[in-house]
Formats: sequence, structure tokens, C-alpha cells
Amino acid sequence: MKKVQFKGGIIPYLFVSPQIIIILVFFIWPSVMAVYYSFELQDAFGTSSQFVGFLNYQDVLGDKDYYNSLSFTLIFSTLVTLFSLGTGLYLAHKANEVIKGKGLYRTLFIWPYAIAPAVVGLIATFLFNESHGDLYHFLNQIGWKFDPKSDPFDAQVMLIFISSWKQVSVNFIFFLSGLQGIPRSIIEASKLDCKSDTRRFWSIIFPLLTPTTFFLLVTNITYAFFDTFGIIDTTTRGTPMGQTKTLAYKIYQDGFLGADVGGSSAQSVILMLFVLIITIFQFKYIEKRVHY
Amino acid sequence: MRVKSFLVAALFAVVANATTNITWWHAMGGRLGEVVNQLADNFNKSQSEYKVIPVYKGGYEDTMTAGIAAYRAHKAPDIIQIFDAGAATIINAKGVVYPVADLFDKYGTKFNANDYISGVRNFYADSKGRMIGCPFNSSTPVMYYNKDIFKKAGIKNPPKTWEEFEKDAAKIKKAGYIALSQSHSPWIFAENFHSRHNLQLANKNNGFDGLATKIYYANPAMEYHWSKLRDWINKGYYKYYGRGWADNQQAFYDQKVAMWLGSSGSFGGLKKGAKFNFGTTYLPYWKKFIDKGAQTFIGGAALFVFSGKSDEKYRGINAFLRFLTNPKNQYFWHKETGYVPITKAAYELAKKDGYYKRTPDAEIGIKQLSLPSQKWTKGYRLGNYVQIREIMVEEFEKILNGQESAKDGLETIDRKADKLLVRFARTHR
Repeated sequence: MKKVQFKGGIIPYLFVSPQIIIILVFFIWPSVMAVYYSFELQDAFGTSSQFVGFLNYQDVLGDKDYYNSLSFTLIFSTLVTLFSLGTGLYLAHKANEVIKGKGLYRTLFIWPYAIAPAVVGLIATFLFNESHGDLYHFLNQIGWKFDPKSDPFDAQVMLIFISSWKQVSVNFIFFLSGLQGIPRSIIEASKLDCKSDTRRFWSIIFPLLTPTTFFLLVTNITYAFFDTFGIIDTTTRGTPMGQTKTLAYKIYQDGFLGADVGGSSAQSVILMLFVLIITIFQFKYIEKRVHY
Repeated sequence: MRVKSFLVAALFAVVANATTNITWWHAMGGRLGEVVNQLADNFNKSQSEYKVIPVYKGGYEDTMTAGIAAYRAHKAPDIIQIFDAGAATIINAKGVVYPVADLFDKYGTKFNANDYISGVRNFYADSKGRMIGCPFNSSTPVMYYNKDIFKKAGIKNPPKTWEEFEKDAAKIKKAGYIALSQSHSPWIFAENFHSRHNLQLANKNNGFDGLATKIYYANPAMEYHWSKLRDWINKGYYKYYGRGWADNQQAFYDQKVAMWLGSSGSFGGLKKGAKFNFGTTYLPYWKKFIDKGAQTFIGGAALFVFSGKSDEKYRGINAFLRFLTNPKNQYFWHKETGYVPITKAAYELAKKDGYYKRTPDAEIGIKQLSLPSQKWTKGYRLGNYVQIREIMVEEFEKILNGQESAKDGLETIDRKADKLLVRFARTHR
């Protein structure tokens, strides 16, 4: 028998070239440059630079503030992911069971998806503003001396709350479509076997949702790590006391505002490795428990 | 006929092309931006050879970042406005800037440092006093006080020293108000605090004689002041409304606080917005540490000229900077914005016009800048200073919050700042 195979030549390469060019220009090249710069001390205007070996890495890793930022990023990302996934799943589950006004509920829940992070941040500054913020006054009335401008804890709470809220709608859409993908027959059969709604959910529905959950877990962590930049930049800008700086925000502050190209490149490379490790971990250990 | 009109049109095109465009990136938003546009407009109308095109680039940091990116891409504007904390970054970048003193000398405006007000002339100059950047919007920290509250509390004159302030603050508290807020802790309570008390700020002559590697914020006077501030917060004399400039100013507007430390450039806005009588006075000092408060130096920003432009452009830039610094336009800028005039001639003009008779508050900033200069009142030239300020704010907040003592906080600032200074020195050696 003869194997069916396309002829070689230039055509296949032409087909894949757009993708490869995009990857080279927008991913590989910047990453390589970041690695290159991370070994240099560079003047802000690029008029002089010198190779300094691992000095930038030593400076970053020897800086207590960096670990501060790291631990904030981890706590922040974990909580944002948990809250937004949890709320999204809960709302999707409930919306899936609604019979009347289905479309209206869904549309309303999906709405916040269209809001850009920077705008979410602006909304937050209004809500938590000292002189006319509704949530600010509400929290202070119920006895919490809420003051995100001088209390780091309050500022962190505010950021986690607002960042989670922004992401709920995305999770909602995916969970809802995931739920709708579950065959009715399975759900009906499970209803005959088990009366408890909660138990049915955890033992039948949730396992069937694991592919969606896994996908959302990965994207939500990425969101919390990187996309919350716009929210932070429009609300706290890392304040108070520098306790609301995620790693991505710190890179921006040091690199752009501080004009320290070498130092911020070193931070980028470390962050790159860090995210790589998290992703490998996710695919290696968590994906094993996903049922496709 | 047709040929003729074509020729005329072509001739006009040539004339139009003969104007040299000068791009000017600045950070003046809102009302300030309007005044900037008006200045450029006036210049463009005053002659036909050059056309200045002002472009608003966002805040100070944004403008500097945009300038850096543009320079790296070989698309730098001709003039850029750089703020005080960023001055060392652009001045130390070799060959990036064409010093204005050299530009003035070469293109026919003889540069003379003594034309400028003493608190203004050194900040953007080299150690020999030759200006590298041309001071543009210059201001200095002053104290504004609410006369109505003072009357209620039974205080006649605003405090000159912090010792007097403490006594007044107790009375103001009794009258039901907070005594003080301020809008820029690094600028007012560290940099100008050093100047007002004639204290050295960093080694290498505050960084003017070379790349400084040591900062001196941890000293007895600063420690005393910051411990006091913490104390005043506990007593209800001082309130910190976060690091935002406007939030602290708002408290003064809302008549929650009796005294506010801000920029002399805030005067114009306050005059329009405040619904009460207010006065302006010098920044207080500690009698304990200096008999008579020394002068302060300027904050704000300066105009820097990029190198590598054509002769034609430099001639135009020279004409424009000459236009900007002439007494009439300085006075206009001073009146419209509240920033101080940078030349003595402009100050004289304002005096002669009776401006300070009508609005004595507008003169306080210049008077404070014109106090006799002393050894450590020139300002500072420190690299990575944008980041150092960031560190300062973080540590100051910890001190005010009671998380660490003033001593520990200031020592942390010095330790972290020194690291950044050493990095900067290493980059530029």
C-alpha cells in the first residue's frame, strides 16, 4: 500500500508561516531581548550599557520587597481565582435551572465581561472613594473603619473584591456552556438515584465540568497575574506602603517609572520562569484529574 | 494665467515650508495645558520663521517615559519637560541633552546665572552653575492657612516654627478642627525639610559634583520631625489623607483642616475654589535645629533640549526659550498659573505692576526662594530618584501608621536608597 502524503516543498511552510512569524515577533523576540537586557546595566536613554552578569538577579532576589510582592501576588491570585471561579460556578448552576426569564438572567450576568480592567478600576475608585463612595460609606457604617488609602489590608480587600467581580462573568459564560453540554439523560438519571441537590452536583455534575474548570483555572491565574494590571494602575498604584504591588505591576514601576531596564528585565525573566513552572505543574498534576 | 497662479501657489508653498517646526512635549494638563498652548500660540504669531507645536504627553512620569522611548527609537521631540525627580536621569545620560546655557551662548542669548532667582537657578544646573535644563514651571512648598478657623481658635498669626505650630494645633483641635495636612511628603517633609534646615541631603555635594552614592535622611532632625508627625496623628493635629495630592488638598477645601502644605503653584486654584478666607505663609521650621529657616528650592519641571537636531531648529529653540523667559511672558505665566517667575526681571515687573499689593499671597513662594542661599539649599541631583521617592512614601506611611519607629523607617530609606544610588552610579560610570 502506498502511504498518502502531501508533497513537500514550500507550500506547507507558507501556510504555517503567519503563525510562526507572529510567535517570533511578539513572543520569542521580546523574551530573548528581556533575557539579554537582564544581564546588563543600562542607562535609561540607552546611551550606555554594560554586561554585569547576574548582578540584576542578585539585586532582585536579595530585595525583601520583591518577596513581599511575590507573596502578595500569590495570595491575591489564589483568592481572586477562588472567588471568581466559585461565584461564576454558583451563578451558572443557578441560572441553568431557571426556567422563566432565562435569557435575561444570562445577559445580565455576562454584561461585566465587556468592561475593560482599567474601567473596572475607575468604577472601584468611585465606589470606594472617601467623600462620595457608596461602598466606602456602607463599610464604615457597619463598623469597619475601612480606609484603602492608608490601610494596606483594606486596599488588598478592595482589589481582590473588584478583580474577582470583573472575572465572574467570564467564568459564568464558560460554566454555563459547560453545564449545558452535560446530557440531560445523565442528569435525569442522577435525579432518580439521589435526592440531595448538593450531592448530585459534586458527584455527577462537577466531575463532568472538570475540563471547563481546568481551562478556567489556567486562564484565571493568568488573569490574576497579568490582566489585573489595569485595575491596580487605576486604583491603588501599589499603595499604601507598597503592599498592593503584584509582580507584574512591580516590573512596570521599576522598568517604566524607574527607567531601570536591567532590573525590570531580570524581574520579567524570573516571572516568566515562575509562570512556566506553575503551568507545567497545572498540566502535569491537575490535568490528570480532568475527565474529558 | 493658470501658470501664474500655479507659480504663486508654489511660492506660497515654499514660504510655508520655510517655517521650522519645533515639537515640545509637556506634562501640563487641564488649565495649565491651556496656558502652555497660549504661550506657544503667542510665540508662533510673534514671528513666522518657527512654529512651536506643544504636545501633551500625560503626567510627569508618562512624559519622561515617552521621551525615553522616543529617544531610543530615534524619534525624540525637540524640547521635553522633565520633572525634578527625573532631572538626574536625563542629565546623566551622556550626549542626550544640549545644555541650555551652551545653546544660549552659541545662538546669541548670553547666559547669565544671576538673571535667575536664587532658589531657581541651581536645581537644573551643573556644579558650576551653568544651566542644563531651563526651569519652566517652578514652585516651592508653602503653607496655606484658613483665616476663619484661626479666628475661631483665637490665633492671630500663622505659626513660623513647628514649635509654634504645636501650640496652635492644640487650640485648633479644641475648636473642632484638624490642624494640618500636606500633599507631598518626599518633597515637603524630606527634600525641602533638608533645605529649610540647611542639612546635607546626599554625598558628593548633594549629587551635584558627581554620582552620589549615599543619602542622608536618617539624621536627628528628620527623626525628630517624623516622630512628631506620628505623635501629632495620635493627638489629632495632623491627618494623612493618603499619598494623593488632591485628597489632602480637598480636606483643606472642605474646611476639615486649618493648615495645608502644598505648592506655591496651588495658589491660583485655591483662590478660585476656596469658600473661605485663607492666607499663605512660609514653610515652618524647627527652631530647635536652625535659628532662622533657610531658603527652599524649586520643584516642578524644566525644559530640556535634545541633542543632534539641526542648526535651524536650535536657532528656533533659542528664540522660543528667550521668548518664554522674557519678563512679560514670565509674569503672564506666573499670574495665570501661580508658578513663580524664574527671572529677577520678571519678578520686578510683577512688583512694579502692583500684583503683590493686590495679591500678597502670590509672593510668598518667591520670597521664600529668594532667602539667602546657604550651603545645602541648592537642591539635589540624584539618580533613580523616582524609585527612591517611591520607597520614601512607603516607609513614611509605615512610620505614620505606627508600624515602625521614625528611626527605623529613615534608616530603611537610606539603606534602600543607597542601593539604588550605587546601581545608578555603576550604570553611568
